[in-house]
Amino acid sequence: MPETVTAAETIAAISTPPGEGAIAIVRLSGATAVATANAVFRGADLTQVASHTIHYGHIIDPANRQVVDEVMVSVMRAPKTFTREDVIEINCHGGIVATNRILQIVLQAGARLAEPGEFTKRAFLNGRIDLTQAESVMDIIRAKTDRAMQVAENTLDGDLRKLITTLRQDILEVLAQVEVNIDYPEYDTDELTTKLMLAKAQAVLTRVDALLATATTGKVLREGLATAIIGRPNVGKSSILNRLLHEDKAIVTDVAGTTRDVLEEYVNVQGVPLKLVDTAGIRDTADKVEKIGVARSKQALTAADLVLLVLDASQPLTADDRELIALTQTKRRIVVLNKQDLPAQLDRTELAQLVPQAEWLETTATSSVGLAPLASRIAQLFNTGVTNSQTQVMVANARQADLLRQAQTSLHSVIDGIHAGMPIDLVQIDMTAAWDQLGEITGDAAPDELITQLFSQFCLGK
Amino acid sequence: MPTVQEYPAKTYDVIVVGAGHAGCEAALAAARMGQETLLITISLEMLAFMPCNPSVGGPAKGTVVREIDALGGEMGKNIDRTYIQMRMLNTGKGPAVRALRAQADKAAYHRSMKQVIEAQPHLDLRQGLVERLLVEDGVCVGVVAATGAQYHAKSVVLTAGTSSRGKIIIGELMYSSGPNNSLPSIHLSEDLEQLGFKLRRFKTGTPPRVEGSTIDFAKTEKQPGDKTPNHFSFTTPDSRYRLDQLSCWMTYTNATTHQIIRDNLDRAPMFSGVIKGIGPRYCPSIEDKVVRFADKPRHQLFLEPEGEDTSEYYVGDFSTSMPEEVQLKMLHSVAGLEHAELMRPGYAIEYDVIEPWQLRHTLETKVVANLFTAGQMNGTSGYEEAAGQGLIAGINAALRAAGKPGFTLKRSDAYIGVLIDDLVTKGTNEPYRLLTSRAEYRLLLRHDNADLRLTPYGHELGLIDDARYAAFEAKRAAIEAELARLNQVRLTPRQVNEWLEAQGAAPLKDGVLAADFLRRPEVSYADLMQFIPTPQPLDHRVTEQVTIQIKYAGYIAKEEASIAKLRRLEAKRIPANIDYNAITGLATEARQKLTKIQPETIAQAGRISGVNPADVAILSVYIEQGRIAKVQAG
Repeated sequence: MPETVTAAETIAAISTPPGEGAIAIVRLSGATAVATANAVFRGADLTQVASHTIHYGHIIDPANRQVVDEVMVSVMRAPKTFTREDVIEINCHGGIVATNRILQIVLQAGARLAEPGEFTKRAFLNGRIDLTQAESVMDIIRAKTDRAMQVAENTLDGDLRKLITTLRQDILEVLAQVEVNIDYPEYDTDELTTKLMLAKAQAVLTRVDALLATATTGKVLREGLATAIIGRPNVGKSSILNRLLHEDKAIVTDVAGTTRDVLEEYVNVQGVPLKLVDTAGIRDTADKVEKIGVARSKQALTAADLVLLVLDASQPLTADDRELIALTQTKRRIVVLNKQDLPAQLDRTELAQLVPQAEWLETTATSSVGLAPLASRIAQLFNTGVTNSQTQVMVANARQADLLRQAQTSLHSVIDGIHAGMPIDLVQIDMTAAWDQLGEITGDAAPDELITQLFSQFCLGK
Repeated sequence: MPTVQEYPAKTYDVIVVGAGHAGCEAALAAARMGQETLLITISLEMLAFMPCNPSVGGPAKGTVVREIDALGGEMGKNIDRTYIQMRMLNTGKGPAVRALRAQADKAAYHRSMKQVIEAQPHLDLRQGLVERLLVEDGVCVGVVAATGAQYHAKSVVLTAGTSSRGKIIIGELMYSSGPNNSLPSIHLSEDLEQLGFKLRRFKTGTPPRVEGSTIDFAKTEKQPGDKTPNHFSFTTPDSRYRLDQLSCWMTYTNATTHQIIRDNLDRAPMFSGVIKGIGPRYCPSIEDKVVRFADKPRHQLFLEPEGEDTSEYYVGDFSTSMPEEVQLKMLHSVAGLEHAELMRPGYAIEYDVIEPWQLRHTLETKVVANLFTAGQMNGTSGYEEAAGQGLIAGINAALRAAGKPGFTLKRSDAYIGVLIDDLVTKGTNEPYRLLTSRAEYRLLLRHDNADLRLTPYGHELGLIDDARYAAFEAKRAAIEAELARLNQVRLTPRQVNEWLEAQGAAPLKDGVLAADFLRRPEVSYADLMQFIPTPQPLDHRVTEQVTIQIKYAGYIAKEEASIAKLRRLEAKRIPANIDYNAITGLATEARQKLTKIQPETIAQAGRISGVNPADVAILSVYIEQGRIAKVQAG
């Protein structure tokens, strides 16, 4: 008897983003998915219908035989499904309450609540997708904006894979050269030059560096740009927050597993996902007077990659303002001069000495004046130094970036070793390490490749 | 025809069938471990015979010879007694890939090994053709010879080489034969198939031999031996190094040679479809090379003397199975061989091999217990690969006979470990040759430290005597002491700057540890000793270790780190009763291969060809889940 887990339980979860969408989907996967759905469905007998068909009907609460919702149910039988198991998708009317109710009913009928990412995990375990693809799917699931989604899809499609494969091929050619010269010292293959190794190492390093430069962008797209809105009380922080939230109708929230707990608040500003730091702090006081002062702003600062420092243009600069300006000197910053609708009191000459005018931005948050320029400025700040081409291959997650950094170190060691006059077969240890590390990114590190390459390229004797 | 009457002959602990390079090591190891051993072979004249090239060693292979020596085997000592040329290869490269190669006197090599075996206590040598195995309830208990003699034993080692249903092919000529026109072994193959072994056909070949006095050496390039002494065995003293060495000679094929080959391809068994066995890619016939590498204007050839008291020359890298008439034309087109007299034609030989995935890491077969196989019949090529396996098979046959657990070497221990793991894990689709590129940790698996890696094992097994072990421990202690000293003693700028400036090297600003000073590329150990000499000069084998361990410490540490990573994977054991068919996520090929090979660890599973990293990932997750499920249930 096998010691391993085989028969998988049927799992269920809401697979659409929470919020007020027109339609939500509850998905089930597992051996009893169809039977479970059928038990709570009034309409066609789902156990008898053809695979990959969709059926109109109602979800019934078995407890009281009441109709819960009018739905369309897709029946997809193994193996041609995302998980390679039987899959049911219940398309119901959006709305968190109704959708949750359907989920509860399905769970009571025998399904188990899916763990975060469990559908993808099953797809992987059942051989439907490989590890890097699984990784990409997880990235897509967690993507905060369309652009982040695109990066993840590129990985899945294999743009990153293609690039890495090319780099590895370059390395492999050098390695094969070195091997030939070691194993066949008398053979008249082309004399190995450390020059070739050096040139390749430098060329690959350049590409790795470029790829790593995208890692930050990728991380932001994936995890959101941590943004703090700070300022002393009553300068208009909450209005700016509300306007930002209002401008972007589709609030993205990060959801652990299902719909249970909202962790952080996200706002999509012209494709840049902002992870808003301490919105609760701002919100707490939103309908009263803003009481959040310098102390709490300081706290929010530490975690922020981007700071929106709000000043009240209708009042002179205070000591608190000056302190916050000083504190944010080294941050990526936009200084928002709010309340332009009121008579100006702020001494702009003084401010110009403290903050370069390029960082200023004037708004009247209460009437949305200046909000569009603010959004543009945020997008512009984020994209500085990063090409905005959507087709660019990007490193989207920490694991990939870490392996790239390891490969970078190995390539530097190759170059250093050559400069230090180390024998080529030792330098090669680092080159092989780089090859392995890149291979780990794409999930194909197969040592036999080296020998195959060696034989396919060279005519050998002895 | 009358039937041969079988009769009960002597009973042994271990029987070794075949006295090639594998069989000799196996028999000597078993006897030296105190087991009563029989070595039975088709012809005593073929004992330790070299049917192909007259040389031992080279990259990777030379390291194997040193490993055999460190484990108490004979190959290193035997070549040290009988070489006619010794060369260190790859001296311009790093210590990991330096390799020793000797040209052997073939006849002397055979005679010397035969004497050692004849003199070995507990070892009987006998001429005989083994026809079948005695197997009871899936356990091998002996062999039966063609003469009818039934020999019983606790364990049996088969090293049949290329004799198994051997077939020699020279152009259109084809006949049943073992190597060099010896008697082939036919019935043993049939018996193995009946026992359930999967066999397949491999092919290898050998070049023509020519009469030395008809070679015009003036048209070739001389390749002399080294002046600096080096031997294979750690026990052979420098004082035994011979300075009256014979040379090899280099020449090349040319456009005419290639045209002759192309014009006669229809008569080449390789291409006419006569040869069905799979030949080695790395040791291709000359016709193969001309076809596959059509753009190469010439191929290098080596003219190697076959011995001191013969004028036969081996035409290295000119392996062919063309008809004799064509071989003559090909030879005569080569510079220096225009008038060469052919003494023996080159030929191809086809033979049976056991698919090596039917073996365990001890080289015991999974099909029949107490039966071990080694050498070319496991699908390898080369004398050294054969000898390395023979030693391991012999050791394990002896351990089995004594009722003790088996002995295996890991990939991180030795090239022999790499070789055997490759065979039993990956199998092989062609005659397998050991290459340095097959070893992941070659900086640690150097030929110079084979004794440090393996002598303790050899001693524990009873193959290294106490005197040799004491000498080894003294060497190890000397290395440690000198390493400690160099990591303690400091050099001042005043001591060394004058010398450094004379070398054109950057002077020191501050004092430095002797070890750090030695790490500078321009500083050798000898250079260092002018500043901080030892009371008595240390043995060069000691100073070599000290130098390597200090100069390449960074790289050595990196390899040790990756070995640690491998060990973690080796520690992930796969349950013996696992049902791969139940793991639906595995690719079909992976499922079949895993079921066939039954790897013991995740690391081994990952090395199976056809098992992709994705499969390994799935397998790991399943095993991990099973473990978690068990823990939770418990």
